[in-house]
Amino acid sequence: MLDFSVFTWEVFRSYVLHGLYFSLALTAVATLGGIFFGTLLALMRLSGIKLLTIPATIYVNGMRSIPLLMVLLWFFLLVPMIVGKPIGAELSAVITFIAFEAAYFSEIMRAGIQSIPRGQVYAGQAMGMTYGQNMKLVILPQAFRNMLPILLTQTIILFQDTSLVYIITANDLLHGFSVAGANLSHTRESYILAAVLYFVICFSLSWIVKRLQMKIAIIR
Amino acid sequence: MALDWKVFCLDTIDKAPVSGCFSSGDQQTYLGWLLAAWGQTVIVALLSLIVALVVGSIIGTVRTLPNSPWLSRFANAWVELFRNIPLLVQIFLWYHVMPVLIPVFADTPKMVLVVMGLGLFTSARIAEQVRAGIQALPRGQRYAGMAMGFTTPQYYRYVLLPMAFRIILPPLTSESMNIFKNSSVAFAVSVTELTFFAQQAGEETSRGIEIYMAVTLLYVISAFAINRIMTFIEKRVRVPGFVASTGAGGH
Repeated sequence: MLDFSVFTWEVFRSYVLHGLYFSLALTAVATLGGIFFGTLLALMRLSGIKLLTIPATIYVNGMRSIPLLMVLLWFFLLVPMIVGKPIGAELSAVITFIAFEAAYFSEIMRAGIQSIPRGQVYAGQAMGMTYGQNMKLVILPQAFRNMLPILLTQTIILFQDTSLVYIITANDLLHGFSVAGANLSHTRESYILAAVLYFVICFSLSWIVKRLQMKIAIIR
Repeated sequence: MALDWKVFCLDTIDKAPVSGCFSSGDQQTYLGWLLAAWGQTVIVALLSLIVALVVGSIIGTVRTLPNSPWLSRFANAWVELFRNIPLLVQIFLWYHVMPVLIPVFADTPKMVLVVMGLGLFTSARIAEQVRAGIQALPRGQRYAGMAMGFTTPQYYRYVLLPMAFRIILPPLTSESMNIFKNSSVAFAVSVTELTFFAQQAGEETSRGIEIYMAVTLLYVISAFAINRIMTFIEKRVRVPGFVASTGAGGH
């Protein structure tokens, strides 16, 4: 009933490898970009200056209440209008993921920054540090470390979410399997293999995160 | 670029304006289609939520049972399996593979397949929360139940679960909102829900912005409604003097 024999290494290399590479690259870029802009958003929300707090809050809550698929479709429609020329599914996916994940990472970073005792902030201020120095030298290093397991878990979720760019026909891992399945007319086997590959990657990553969490817990 | 909201009053077939804007008889307007699509989203999300809550509660409870290593191993495997495969891939498996492998699903409507996919995917996440909720309770509660002579099902039913569910209501709220958002994936197998409508109608009318705005608004309204309902339940079932401690987790 199921026949996996057509899926040789050659097939995998020609159809799937490029998609796997794109999915991993998208995950990496979106994580780094998301953490960068997410940290900025978190700092804006915690700044206590209304002009910064309100737009950041609206942005984060807005992004978090729309499905990622809708955000993908929105950007796929809007970005070419703003730029004035078509930009392609891959670039559109990268922009969308950074913008979308920034909202989620900002919530994680906000929790991380708030988990640092206020005394540390005051200690930094008492040492005569500026806001920037205080953040860079005292608060953010500790916040990042506290949040590392959750940040990594979010990265695994992000990797799973990259499969959604299939919808705007960006050439990702799932797209590769889908095309291979259609061309070799073994759709079912192809999707099963896709599931297995995603599972192996995500399961190993979450195992690593679990180990890391234990290590951090012991140090603390 | 001006917005043109009249697009919703157009007939979906001949693109002629319809007076009154709503679908009537054999005329279907984009507004009528939008509302029907919203209905599909709500149905998929609510049915999946029921599946997820039932299965998730059972699996999560089983993971904390004493003296049944094989049951807990099964439940752990369940959670790992459904948590580590992307939702879209799971939906494809239900849609393309299940009907062939398991003959029962051969004639099942695709809506049911999507509900199974989304429901079981979410069940793994709810199981995690139920387990965390039960384990967050002081061990003394379990022993107290045992000391009262309760059987295992009894002390779960009367002592542990009522408190555990109260503790996990906040994460359950966000999970219920997630299920609404995740139901958009049903679009990939052409269930005619909101995202499907957005893409289809956006292309047909080339009025993507207006269509997407309406759809986004409906998603926000749905998520907000769920949030209000869950907050209401949370208030109703609150035990006086008991402050729920929420675990770490930022997403």
